[in-house]
Parts: sequence; structure tokens; C-alpha cells
Amino acid sequence: MTCTEFLALLDDELDQAMAAELRAQIETHMRKCEHCEVVFNTTLKTIEFYRSHEIYELPDDLRERLHTAIMAKCKKC
Amino acid sequence: MTMSTIQSAVGENEPHPDVALVEQVRAGDVSAYDTLVRKYERQIFRIAQHITQNREDAEDVMQDAFLKAYQKLDQFQGNSKFYTWLVRIAVNESLMRLRKRRTGKMVSIDEDMETEEGSVPRDLADWAPNPEQNYDQAQLAEILRKTIQGLPRSFRIVFTLRDVEGLSTQETAEALDLSVPAVKSRLLRARLQLRERLSRYFRKPGEPLPVDIGSADAPEGGIEE
Repeated sequence: MTCTEFLALLDDELDQAMAAELRAQIETHMRKCEHCEVVFNTTLKTIEFYRSHEIYELPDDLRERLHTAIMAKCKKC
Repeated sequence: MTMSTIQSAVGENEPHPDVALVEQVRAGDVSAYDTLVRKYERQIFRIAQHITQNREDAEDVMQDAFLKAYQKLDQFQGNSKFYTWLVRIAVNESLMRLRKRRTGKMVSIDEDMETEEGSVPRDLADWAPNPEQNYDQAQLAEILRKTIQGLPRSFRIVFTLRDVEGLSTQETAEALDLSVPAVKSRLLRARLQLRERLSRYFRKPGEPLPVDIGSADAPEGGIEE
């Protein structure tokens, strides 16, 4: 497997949507290629950061105000 | 077939809990809609803010999206999940809001697709083991916010739905009216671009910088060169 082939398969590997045989090939490539291992691990970390940190919070008081406004409009329909 | 297989097969065929709530709303029970709004308001607000990048616009979009979904509930066919259908409405409302702000200029999910940045990794520096420990929560949130705001809109929307909000690739494609390959292509480029941009903050001390990292948007405090 070349680095270009690895990159083409990175998406499925990150989503764990890959057949076992292909995954074995990818893992073999990563053990031999430090650059691809770095790209894989740091991309995984990137996704984890965005999944685990709420960067746009909706404070409870604003949430309640918006919720009340939405339901009031719906009831008028 | 083992008992666990039977149970999981039954579980997969059970209707989604939203189906019953949608039916109750259609039958005139507004309180069932209250439950649906509570369930999804945070997600819809986040999606709207990711697309519009404006707090007030996100508040308006959230209200308009839930109101429109309520008014058009008869048009919901049930071919997709209620949430996917709701996200589709929220994305369209967000794009309309951007269009208004730009005085009628067309705004679509396909804008900004010409960029080639991030399709191939250039920065191959490894990150520190726990790079977030160098920043407090507020700093880290600001880094993540600034970084995702710099993505082309079409990549940002796909990444938000798929990776932040956890829709499947198929659901993301349905919500955005894109093909699955188009979602996968944009998602990969979005992930690689974010990774590359975050490397400026999270690289291991002593790792070499890529040659063409400009100083214009380097993190405050600077990268040591």
C-alpha cells in the first residue's frame, strides 16, 4: 500500500467502516510509515476534540426564552 | 439464531421514538411537539451557529426552523428520521439567513468548493501527547472555534453534521441533498484541513514547521521558529 492509497482509505478507517482484510493492510502500512501514522492519529484526535468540546453553548436562560417563544408561535398557528 | 441475535433484530425493527411523537402532534397534541423541541433545540442551535457564525442569526434560525417544521409536519413522509428532516430545514434556514445578510447574493452548500487546500497533508509534525493540557478550557474552546470558522463553508457544514452532531454519512447526505461520495469527499478534506490548522497549536515542541506556514494567522504568543 502506498501513502496515496492510505489517504484514499483514511475516511473509512476513521469511521471504522472497513473490511477486516483492508484494515489489516492499513495497519501494516501505518506500522512502516511514520507520516501516515501521525496523520491518522492527529486526525482522530481532531475529531475527538470537536466531539467532546461544546464550542457554541446555549445557556439555560436563553434556551428557555427561545423554547417559550417557539411554542408560543406554534400554538398560534 | 441465538437469543441475543433475536433481541437485536427486534431492536432494529422498533420504530424510532420520534415517530409516535410526530403522530401525536399531527393528531393535535402540541405538548408532544414541546418534547421534540426540547430534545433537539441544542443541536439545532449549534448547527445554525456553525453555519451562520452569528449568535443572533442562530437564535432566529432555531426559532424559524422549529416553526417551519411544525407548519410543514404533514409533508414529513417518514422516509428519513424526524431529526434528519429537521436538520435539513435548519440548514436551509441558515443559508437563507446568510443570503439576507449578503443582500441577496446566492449562498449555497457548494460555495467555496474550488479550494484545494488540505486535500494532501503538508504538515506532518506529530502532536504533543495531551496537547490540550497547554490551554485552559476557554482558550481551547477559542482555538477550536477559530479553527473551524476558517474552513470553507461547504466543508464546515459537512463536518458539523457528521462529526460534531454525529449524523451518519447517509443522514448527512439526506440533510444536505448531496450524494454519499460528495459527503465523504468533503468530510475527508474538512478533517484534514482542521488537523493541519490545529497542528499550529498542538505540535510537539521541537517538531519542524511546514515551510509555508505564514505568520498572519499563527497563534497568539507565536510559534517558535
